[in-house]
Amino acid sequence: MTAKKKVAAITANVACAYAMKQIDPDVVPAYPITPQTTIMEEFSNYVADGAVNTRLMRVESEHSAMSAAIGASAAGARVMTATSSQGLALMWEMLYIASALRLPIVMQNVNRALSAPINIHCDHSDSMGARDAGWIQLFSENAQEAYDNTIQAVKIAEDMRVRLPVMVLYDGFIVSHAIDRVELLDDEVVKDFIGDFKPVYSLLDVDNPVTVGPFDSLNGYYFEFKRMQEEVMRRAKSVIIKVGEEFMKVSGRSYGLFETYQIEDAEYVLVLLGSAAGTARVAVDNLRQQGIRIGLLKLRVFRPFPFEEIAKALNSAKIVAVLDRSISPGSQGGPVFQEVCSALYSFDCSPVIVNYIYGLGGREIELAHFFKVVSDLEDLSEKRSKESFVRYLNLRE
Amino acid sequence: MKWDVRRIREWKFYEHPQGATILEAGNSLYYQTGSWRTFRPVWIGEKCTHCLYCFIFCPDAAVKVSKEKIAGFDYEHCKGCGICATECPREAIEMVEEQRESDR
Ligand code: SF4
Ligand code: SF4
Repeated sequence: MTAKKKVAAITANVACAYAMKQIDPDVVPAYPITPQTTIMEEFSNYVADGAVNTRLMRVESEHSAMSAAIGASAAGARVMTATSSQGLALMWEMLYIASALRLPIVMQNVNRALSAPINIHCDHSDSMGARDAGWIQLFSENAQEAYDNTIQAVKIAEDMRVRLPVMVLYDGFIVSHAIDRVELLDDEVVKDFIGDFKPVYSLLDVDNPVTVGPFDSLNGYYFEFKRMQEEVMRRAKSVIIKVGEEFMKVSGRSYGLFETYQIEDAEYVLVLLGSAAGTARVAVDNLRQQGIRIGLLKLRVFRPFPFEEIAKALNSAKIVAVLDRSISPGSQGGPVFQEVCSALYSFDCSPVIVNYIYGLGGREIELAHFFKVVSDLEDLSEKRSKESFVRYLNLRE
Repeated sequence: MKWDVRRIREWKFYEHPQGATILEAGNSLYYQTGSWRTFRPVWIGEKCTHCLYCFIFCPDAAVKVSKEKIAGFDYEHCKGCGICATECPREAIEMVEEQRESDR
């Protein structure tokens, strides 16, 4: 660790562009979309100034951005890109191809609501929709985590046991455009941490010709390949933990699958991901002062979902409230809720579990809303109800 | 790494090369890729000048050449696209509809 820390007051988008400068990827194909735009704006300055060796490709759509990323990655390049919302939606078919071809592309997705109505503000419905696309998903609470996750994502994606694309996620505007305190690593530290890029196969390696993306028919091996992807995703968990430990050594900041706060003796536990964790922590402190035994579990890794670890962490709680910043019409609760439910059920854990949908299209979540959640939980506890429910926070109803 | 595709049917899911990548060039020799052809190219020797256009244009390397002369077609790998017949400047290739043995 360097003796003198470099600290900057910058937004998460600027911090991520800075991380990209330090990573110096070979190819960055990108298309602008709010609230991602300023990452690429900033990064293209580095390209214009000759601060990086990157070939920046300005393509005509996000579909082309991801297609070019796949082509460049298959050719043997280290590739990064970034997007948001509709842009991610437009990449859809290519997302599955990137992961199935096992290409270690790293992409920030700055979380934004999906139309309609058109809304440029934060919720998680874009990346939650892509949860089955086979990408590793790392959520970040603030600019520091967005910067740190971007650097770790490269090492995770490129680990020979993983070789999967990684999405780094953080909340649109709330994190992407708010000026925050960010500790930056030295260029050399980042370079050493990620190491050189080694392609497994390369289309440019004429001595070892390969075919990428072949046709697989009815009597083929599609099922085997999907099962292999799932296995690799499962194994990525230990690599994510290991990379987090190594990152701790160079940065002094620790990263795991999730972060817990005051949950050891907690009767009630809040589970959520993204920027709302900051407000939740203040709410926990407030309620603890009133003698309420409450804690917080902030998820970092949504894919692969840490089922066993979450079940273990929540097992001694009485009631668990999962807060989802996206909606899944027609299902029982939001995506985080569904995962936590299945974790608790699979490992035969006892807590009652309830769900709150919040913050869609950038709707505010404040301390008062967390207090409302906890007063609901106290009611439930008094009634000894074992029933689950899905409720909405700060909705006009 | 040499990749022997002939035992692929027995491979467990974790034994395949990652990302469905095919690691060996030319392994279509192991398969009859021409089994779905509906028209077959038939060479008319007396019209042919051996310009080799058909050989150059064939996307499946199914035009056989021996000593710089056309030596017929590899019907196990010809898919019947007809590019050779279209490109032949001498109309020395005719596309003939495939038939069941019994209908011939
Ligand atoms: S293109 Fe026609 S003329 Fe030329 S070699 Fe082929 S069959 Fe013969
Ligand atoms: S029909 Fe098509 S595949 Fe067959 S020999 Fe002619 S060009 Fe080649």
